[in-house]
Amino acid sequence: MIGRRTLLGAAALLPLGAKVVSAAPPAETITPALIEAAKKEGKVSYYTAMDLSVAEPMAKAFEAKFPGIKVAVERTGAERLFNRLAQETASNIKRCDVVNSSDAAHFITWKREGWLQPYVTVDIAENVAPEMRDPDGTFVNQRTHLSAMAFHIGLVKPEDAPKGFNDLLNPKYAGKLVKGHPGYSGTIMTATHQIARELGWGYFEKLAKQKVMQVQSATEPPKKLEAGERAIAVDGSDYLFWMARERGVPIEVVYPVEGTPLISNPMAVFKAAPNPGAARLLFAWIMSGEGQEFLVNLSGQYPANLKVKAKAGRPPLSSIKTLREDPAEVEKMADEIKTKYARIFKV
Amino acid sequence: MPDLSRPILVAVTALLAVMIVLPMGWLIAYSLSDKQGAATLGNFVTLFTDPSFVDPLITTLIIAVSVSAICCIVAAPLGWLVARTDMPLRRVVRTLVMASLVTPPFVGAIAWEMLAAPNSGLLNQLWRSLAGMPSDEALFDIYSLTGLIFVIACYTFPYVFILVANALDRMPGELEDASSMLGARTWQTARRITVPLALPTLLAGALVAFLQALNLFGSPAILAIPAGFHTLTTRIWSLFQFPPKPELAAAASLPLLLLTILLLRGQALALGRRGYAVLGGKYGEPRLVRLGGWRLPAAALALLVLAMPLFLPYAALFNSAFSRVASRLVTLDTITLHNVRFTFLELSSTLPALKNTFLLATLSATLGAVLALLIAYIVARRAVTGHRVLAFLATAPLAIPGIVLGVGLFLAYTRPPLTLYGTLWILLIAFITIELPAAYQQLSSAFHAVHPELEEAGRMLGASRLRTLADITAPLLRSAVIATWCFVFVAVIRELSAAVILFTSETKVLSVLIFDLKESGDVGAIAVLSLTMVAITTVVVAVANRFGGSREAGRLHARAAG
Repeated sequence: MIGRRTLLGAAALLPLGAKVVSAAPPAETITPALIEAAKKEGKVSYYTAMDLSVAEPMAKAFEAKFPGIKVAVERTGAERLFNRLAQETASNIKRCDVVNSSDAAHFITWKREGWLQPYVTVDIAENVAPEMRDPDGTFVNQRTHLSAMAFHIGLVKPEDAPKGFNDLLNPKYAGKLVKGHPGYSGTIMTATHQIARELGWGYFEKLAKQKVMQVQSATEPPKKLEAGERAIAVDGSDYLFWMARERGVPIEVVYPVEGTPLISNPMAVFKAAPNPGAARLLFAWIMSGEGQEFLVNLSGQYPANLKVKAKAGRPPLSSIKTLREDPAEVEKMADEIKTKYARIFKV
Repeated sequence: MPDLSRPILVAVTALLAVMIVLPMGWLIAYSLSDKQGAATLGNFVTLFTDPSFVDPLITTLIIAVSVSAICCIVAAPLGWLVARTDMPLRRVVRTLVMASLVTPPFVGAIAWEMLAAPNSGLLNQLWRSLAGMPSDEALFDIYSLTGLIFVIACYTFPYVFILVANALDRMPGELEDASSMLGARTWQTARRITVPLALPTLLAGALVAFLQALNLFGSPAILAIPAGFHTLTTRIWSLFQFPPKPELAAAASLPLLLLTILLLRGQALALGRRGYAVLGGKYGEPRLVRLGGWRLPAAALALLVLAMPLFLPYAALFNSAFSRVASRLVTLDTITLHNVRFTFLELSSTLPALKNTFLLATLSATLGAVLALLIAYIVARRAVTGHRVLAFLATAPLAIPGIVLGVGLFLAYTRPPLTLYGTLWILLIAFITIELPAAYQQLSSAFHAVHPELEEAGRMLGASRLRTLADITAPLLRSAVIATWCFVFVAVIRELSAAVILFTSETKVLSVLIFDLKESGDVGAIAVLSLTMVAITTVVVAVANRFGGSREAGRLHARAAG
């Protein structure tokens, strides 16, 4: 602990600005002045699409680390979050301090609108891969997860389980499937784009004939599986399948043979943040080794901070065949994806 | 002290205009314009040609008609059993049916999900283990049109029941006595006398049920989306997803508005202007029909009916509140406070939402009761010319479905000069507007009981109108005012359909928080919050009943759609 702190302190003294070729501001550390400012504000609001079972404990860990700062977690599906922020900003309501979404495309829009505050910490500058952060320092990937498939062992025998997307079209799975919705979930929006690109919309048209139970957030299929309501989750946040499994729920995670949709979860400080100090502190802490370790230990999502090791017992990200994420395309196609999806699945 | 009644009239009229006329004006204006604001009928063309609107429209009508029919079929015999027969437990049954109204419809829908989801539903699991069926077989599928109709009917038939039972209470016994004296058998009397007398009430009840089902948002939002279809209200709500399409939302709101106005006219016709089909004068207590050997089966049937909105859902809610997984029956070994801890200690939205809800409910109830009292007074005493306008404006919101009012207020107050969106004010306006008609009706009937002579005496002795109101009229109306206050309070706590359009992250209320948690499937926290909500409501209703408001409960609750 102490060693890392000293390191951060020393790094702050280096003329980092000299290395930076973009509009990104110089990298900062968590200074006593920042903590003081944050404590004066006393609160911070964190808009996120992460499941509450991870987001709330993370908020509590931050509160324990920095007593006197209360975190308000505003959790909803990323697409609804996007809508909420648009409505709030249009009505000049300033509440959001830090935003974190499972739809990376949102950050392209927000950056263009000028809503994001450039802010870079030393942890980001040194330990986050360049492709994981905005060159202008307005956002950075907080963690990566996958939209995996999964099945309930009590309801499907492992040898009968689907191995990939196309297997799901087998009539024997009709009425057994549960799936999230791209109109609400950023994970599913990103995944839908990748699957439609790889397999074509025809795949979804066939899938819709399988009497799929349609839920909203990507965090719900794992819960429906745990309850035994459906045998197979077509998609959903992989970390929640794993967390349920580690709790003893008879669930098997499937990484589709066609490739598993990869979901990055960028985070940014809002320019209009009502608590600018606390916003930076929360942001910096989440990206620090300690914050990242907390996320990894609790949920096993893949950390963006390269210094932090992935959770033992989970398959390494490099061992999984993933589909390519393309936020720029998602941003262009979001409306089309929602409309097409609603037409095919009727909701 | 100058008489303030004139300025008050002007102020109240202006306030009502802000609350009702402005939002509805924007609603109509938006429905007739395109994205750029140019005049067009295109939204209505879309509404009646695009299958993504036509299907929900048809679905909604199917639901409303079915719910209405089921409610009458269930409520009429049950009302008769309770009001006109010697069925055992009839008082208990009556109280419990009323008590079932405490459940917000969306909470009922979530509870029925726990009971009758095809695989994880407790009832389906029970059936499978009893009948030895394999894991794919289900007795009930709540995620279906029939499932949705069933759940809506569960929480709608009490309105019809209350209307019917009250009407049967007041129906003169002499006519039936005459019939039996002339030699008609019990069933003949029922068919020839009782049923025809009760028919207008039943028709009115059918319309109430139809309206309720037509404008309900919560239950369809919870059950229809997993089933893969929309109703008109959930479709309107979905239009607020990004990118929002307020023009289409406005256009889609108008059919609901028009249909509601039409049906309310129909209901007024069915009931006559007096409210109930009472014949006036003093009649004898109706004679109770002896059920004989049918007494016990009748009571069993009544309890079975009550299991649907009451016993089963609450058992399911308690089960999931204290269980790690809602689909498993909690035992002494598995009972856990995990959900309670999570809801009250970890979930950071709980306390702000509770605070907002209490604040809004208290303010709406207080301001709503005061406003209703003022209007009722001005109208009842014909204090100033123009009082009819007031009476009209105060009852007009009855015709505005919650979600439609939400859309209207959203359109009217996301712009200058009054940018109220994002504040608690817009929710306050919504809640007061929604509850005003019921509050006004209750207080206006209370005013008729206070003789004007008492007030005239006060005025003659030199008191101003306001002074008279405060010192003479108000004390006499105390119990009616308290009952009104409580019912507005309760109705606000459970309101979802307007709040879901108008809330922002800072102004979240309990019902919206539950709805948000539903999106991510956090059933345990939902169960804890729902039970908290119902506990608060029950306490307040109990207080209201102490002050003798129970008779009006049905009428008041008729507006409290989730």
